[in-house]
Order: sequence, then C-alpha cells, then structure tokens
Amino acid sequence: MNSRIDIQKTYKLYINGKFSRTESGRYFPLKDSRGKATVNLCQASRKDFREAVKFARKAVGGWSSRTAYNRGQILYRIAETLEGRKKQFIQELNHFGITKNNATQEVEITIDRLVYYAGWADKYQALFSSVNPVSSAHYNFSVPEYQGVIAIISPNDNPLLGLASLIAPAFVGGNTIVCLASEKNPLTAITFAEVLHASDIPNGAVNILTGFSSELAEHFSSHKDVNGIVYCGENLELNKSIQENASENVKRIHYYDKINWLINKGQSPYFIMDHSEIKTTWHPIGS
Amino acid sequence: MTNQTDFITGYSPAPESTNLIEIKERYPLFIKGKFLEPQSGRYFSTINPATEKKLSEVAVANQTDVDFAVKSARNAYKNVWSKMPPKERSKYIYRIARVLQERGREFAVIESMDGGKPIRESRDIDIPLAVAHFFYYAGWADKLEYAFPGRKANGLGVAGQIIPWNFPLLMAAWKIAPALACGNTIVLKPAETTPLTAMKLAELLQDIDLPPGVVNIITGAGDTGIKIVDHPDINKIAFTGSTDVGKIIQKSLAGTQKKYTLELGGKAAHIIFDDAAINQAVEGIINGIFFNQGHVCCAGSRLYVQEGVAEEVISKLKDRMETLIIGDPLDKNTDIGAINSKMQLKKIMEITQSGEDEGGVLFQSKCTTPKSGYWFKPTLISNVAQSSRVVQEEIFGPVLAVQTFRTVDEVIEKANNTPYGLSGGVWTDKGAKIFKITKQIQAGILWANTFNKFDPTSPFGGFKESGMGREGGIHGLYPYVELS
Repeated sequence: MNSRIDIQKTYKLYINGKFSRTESGRYFPLKDSRGKATVNLCQASRKDFREAVKFARKAVGGWSSRTAYNRGQILYRIAETLEGRKKQFIQELNHFGITKNNATQEVEITIDRLVYYAGWADKYQALFSSVNPVSSAHYNFSVPEYQGVIAIISPNDNPLLGLASLIAPAFVGGNTIVCLASEKNPLTAITFAEVLHASDIPNGAVNILTGFSSELAEHFSSHKDVNGIVYCGENLELNKSIQENASENVKRIHYYDKINWLINKGQSPYFIMDHSEIKTTWHPIGS
Repeated sequence: MTNQTDFITGYSPAPESTNLIEIKERYPLFIKGKFLEPQSGRYFSTINPATEKKLSEVAVANQTDVDFAVKSARNAYKNVWSKMPPKERSKYIYRIARVLQERGREFAVIESMDGGKPIRESRDIDIPLAVAHFFYYAGWADKLEYAFPGRKANGLGVAGQIIPWNFPLLMAAWKIAPALACGNTIVLKPAETTPLTAMKLAELLQDIDLPPGVVNIITGAGDTGIKIVDHPDINKIAFTGSTDVGKIIQKSLAGTQKKYTLELGGKAAHIIFDDAAINQAVEGIINGIFFNQGHVCCAGSRLYVQEGVAEEVISKLKDRMETLIIGDPLDKNTDIGAINSKMQLKKIMEITQSGEDEGGVLFQSKCTTPKSGYWFKPTLISNVAQSSRVVQEEIFGPVLAVQTFRTVDEVIEKANNTPYGLSGGVWTDKGAKIFKITKQIQAGILWANTFNKFDPTSPFGGFKESGMGREGGIHGLYPYVELS
C-alpha cells in the first residue's frame, strides 16, 4: 500500500524561456476523461501575448542568424528530448481522453516530424533558391529568408502533433514563434514547452500560451509586430476576422483547412516556405 | 556649372516621331476576343500628362461588364486554355513576345504619351522588358513539373489582375505572362490614367489569334477594380499599387478561397559607405530616385551617406542633378518626363512641403519646366529626422530624403525602421560588408553597387507591408498554381 501523496504540477505559460503565470491572474480548469477537473491552466491575456511578441521579436536576430546546421541540431535535440519523455506525453494525452494507442501514435509521429524538419534545416534553401541568369552583366541570386515573428493558433485535433507540426517548419526557417495551445487539450503544449526549454532553444524563440482563441485570436491577428499568422480551426467567422485584422499590416496568412497531421501530407518543405520570403541580390560583374 | 547648363540648354530637340502610331478615338472593353461597348454606356478620357491634351477615351466597366469578362475567362479556362497541351499554350505566349517586339517602338511612343515617362526609358526598358517577360514565361508553360519539387502544379482558374500606372505595359506583362504559362485565364484592368498600351495589347492579342476569353482587358477606376477583387468566380487576385489599397484588397479577400499576390509600396534605403566608388554611387543614387520620375515602388528614396563622404557625395549629387534634362517625354534627350497625373503632382507637392515644414532643407535643380503639363523638379531634402514624413512615407516622385550615418549597425537599424520592405541598395567596395548589409536588410530586392535593375528571370516582390508573393523568375510561377 502506497501512502505517498502525489505532487501535482502547476501548468504555466512559457514566455521568453521562463514559465510564468498569466499577469491577469486568471485560470481555467481542465477536466479529465471522467469529467473531473484535475488541472488548472493559465488563461493568457492580451498583455501576456504582447509580452511574448516582444520577446519573440528580440529573439529573431539571434535565432535567424544561427547556422542552418545549428538550427537542425536544435530541432533534432527537441526530438531527442521528447523521445526520452515519451511516456509522460502518452499519459497526458490519454488522461484527457485520447486512447492509449492513438496517444502513442501521436507522440511517435511528433518525434519523427521534428526529426523530419531537423533534416530540412540545411536543405530547403538549396531547393528553393536560384541563381538567375539575368541578361545584363550582373550576378543575381534569390534565397529564402525568415519572415520574423509568426503567431500560431494550434488545432484542437492532435493537440501535440498539430502544435509541433506548425511550430517546427516556421521555427526551422529562422522565425520566432508565439503559439496558442489547443484550447480543448492544452496540457501537452506546456509539457512540450519543457521539452523545448531543455533543448537549447534561445529564450523567446518559441513562446507558448494557453487560453481561448475567442479572446486571443483578435490580438494575434492585429498585432503590428507579428509578420505571419496561422489558423487551422473550423470557425469560419473567426478565420475571416483573423484575416481582416491581418490586413492591417499585410501579415502573411495561412489557413490550414482540414490538414491531417498524422499522415505524410502533414509535413513538407512547402510549410517552411510558407514562412519564408524570397530575397534577391544583384551585383555587377566587372573589374 | 554655368557652362554646363548652357551646354545643356543648347541641345536641339530630338523628338521621337509619332507618325508610326495609331491611337483610336475611343477604346471599348476587350472581352471574349472582341471590342465591346460597355454596359455602363460611359467612357472617360485619358490625357497626355505632358500636354494635358486628351489622347483618347476608354470605357467604364460596370458590374455587368465585369461579370461578363469573368464569365468569358471562366469559359475559356474550362473549355480551351486548361485543356490545351502546355506546349501549345507556350506558343501563344511566344507569339505575344514576338509581335510585341516587332511593334516595340509603337508601344514605347504610346507609353510615353499616355504616362509621361521619357521615351528613352519606355523604348529601352519598359517595352523590351515586357517582351522578355513574355518570352521567359512562354518557355515555362510546358516545364512546370520541374519547378515544384515533389509536387504537381495545376492552374488556378481565373486570375483578376490590377495594374498600376507607373509601368503600364511592363506590369501587365509581369502579370499576364506567368498566369498564362501556368494555364490560367485573365481579367485585367489597367490603371485609369494609363490604359492605352493595355488596349493596344488587346489589339495585338486579337492579331495573334489568342483564343477568345483567355485574356480580357477592361477599363475603369478603382470602383471597377474592387468589383474584380470581390467577384466570386475569380480564383486569384494580383495587385500592384499602393500599400493603402493593398490593405483594403487583402481585407476584402479575408475568408475567401482566393489566392493573392500584392506588390505594394516601398521606401528603399540607399546606403553609401565611405569606401564606395563615389562617382558610380552618385550615378546609382540618380538612377535610384529619378528613374521614371520617381514613380517607382522600389525607388531608392531614403539616402543614407556615411559621414566621412557625406559632403562630397551630396555636392556631386547636386551637380549631377543640375545636368538632368526635364521636359518632353518624347524627346530622346529627356531624363525626367512628366508627372503621371495632376493628382500625383498634388501629392508630391504636399508631402515635399511637409518636409520643409518639418525643418528639412530643400534643394531643387535650376532647370525650367514646360508651361503646360505636370512637372516636378528633381528634389533633395536634407536635415530630416527618421520620423519625418518625407522619410517615412512613400512619395512616389522625384524627391530624395538625405540622412547620414556613422556605423554599419546604425544604418541597418535605420534602413529597417519602416513598415516597408521592398528593396534596398548598398555601395561599398568591401564584399564582406555587402553580404552583411544585404543579409540584414529586410527587403525583397537588394542592389549592391547598382540600383533599379530588373530582369524576367529575377524574382521581384516585398517583405512586410510592401506586399507578398514574387513576380519574375521561377518564384513567380508559384502564385499562379495550385500544388498537389
């Protein structure tokens, strides 16, 4: 007989490499598969989001100037760390209603997806770059570069895999990220933040919030220092208002409608390109 | 200086002949391969901005006209263009290129008459580049399977394309050529002040027997443009124009399935280091801001000169400005033509005045300008702050804001301190510095030791609020395909 009392975990936001509570002091309870409220999560506010964007912006320069090799290694490190904590993730997903088999599959695909994008870190550039044969005496080439700060509203289905499948391509492309976890099942997102934290990512390069898209989507999409926004929810009204707000500073908008993250179509270098800009440089040829 | 000025005023006029060209009294809409009277029943005049005289009139397309154009494009897509073997599609685009090349001089003269740009530019840049774009993308039509690794490319359907007034035919070519190569059909609207070369292109499309409805060209003001943007049966919108209008378009496309590319405004930093080849840099600055009267979204409108050479650069720049010949766009000696419209002239005057009001020091060349028409002297404003309107806002005219800097990091920060991100320029003899600057400036096109160069093989387009998507090169195909 075990008389030991469990230590229960406090789930916080992940901003600028720190686990902090929401400044708003608000929380929302999460019910397990039996309907029992077992966990409280921070209900992030607009102010938390703005803080996260501030730090994400600060982190862009450092992260984007890492070598491609280094970015690949860090992505790979995230996969390694996650592999080591596989059981915990399966358990957390399972606890909130995902069958053990499905949870196992989701965690394993997530790990593999991170490895997949780790491998792209120093390859997609070669695929999407060009040396352009201009008809004047100039050397001219085009390469993909990062966009900046990407705001991501995670899908509810496959809460861990969806989150990782959206973060990884944007992140490997040199962008920094502010991400809202799945609303229905946000637990693994915060535990995933612990994995990120243990994988040598620079502070502020990935920030994860928990809360409600009905409250935060407006701020995600209208913030002037955000370069791109990703939404994959089924709320078409919300999608429209996100896109309207995004036009205020010509954000890059990606609405991933009904993408099945479990299959190979849920990964591709084109997702990296969605968060890239092509830059073209000219120089005269002569003496 | 005096001698030089005398020498210049001593040039005899060398006007390009207008005998070759034919401009009709009016141009109806070009829909389904025919010129059709607009359902609106209305026409508006297009004038020569150098003389303020009417050149012709073009139709106003209303909702019924837009509907009919889109329907024609849809039918042509379904029944003809999407079914045609790509290599045959390709041949039509080659035909456009070849015939346009043959009629190049005619198009150049009309372009200069309708828009005010110097004939030297329309003849040597606008038209040949337009031809080259058609020629380049023609060759892509049957090679798309090589352009997108791991994916199959299909056309999108009907593309709605809205063209600006600064490079009327060239921007039309930038949009038509890749759209057709990828198998789309088109409803295109030229700008209201410069519709004539588009209408001449419509005649050309008839002549080369392009199947009816593949390209439809309709005219009108912004109101017609928004009807194209909002049309439910259009799959893709391509817009070139101001950032303000771009934002309105992006907003009205919110929640729709339409793909879009936006080619918007700019406020390029043009950076001169103390180790640059100064004389060449001065030529670069001149070309950067005075090319096409400064009606260029990628114009080098913010000059940053390193302190050690600031005096020398600015003094040489002023001398060079004095030699610029402003006047008749059709004169082959002309460097700076007419401002495109009265409205644009007003805007340039207003914002230049604001530069003076905010404490800027104005320098204008001493040239004289013709009595009729819209003209603005080459202008330089120094003593301006980073927050000045002339530094922050796109002027779209021959007005250069001048600032100085000390360090590399300082100038990078200043260069990026704008919502725009279309282009940038840097002059230095140090290769390592070039790569540092071009890497760190947030813009789609970086010119190092050169400026304002364009080529169909070279992608063009902006970061941030300068728009999204690329035109030109292999990257210019992507906005016109769906990948599966």
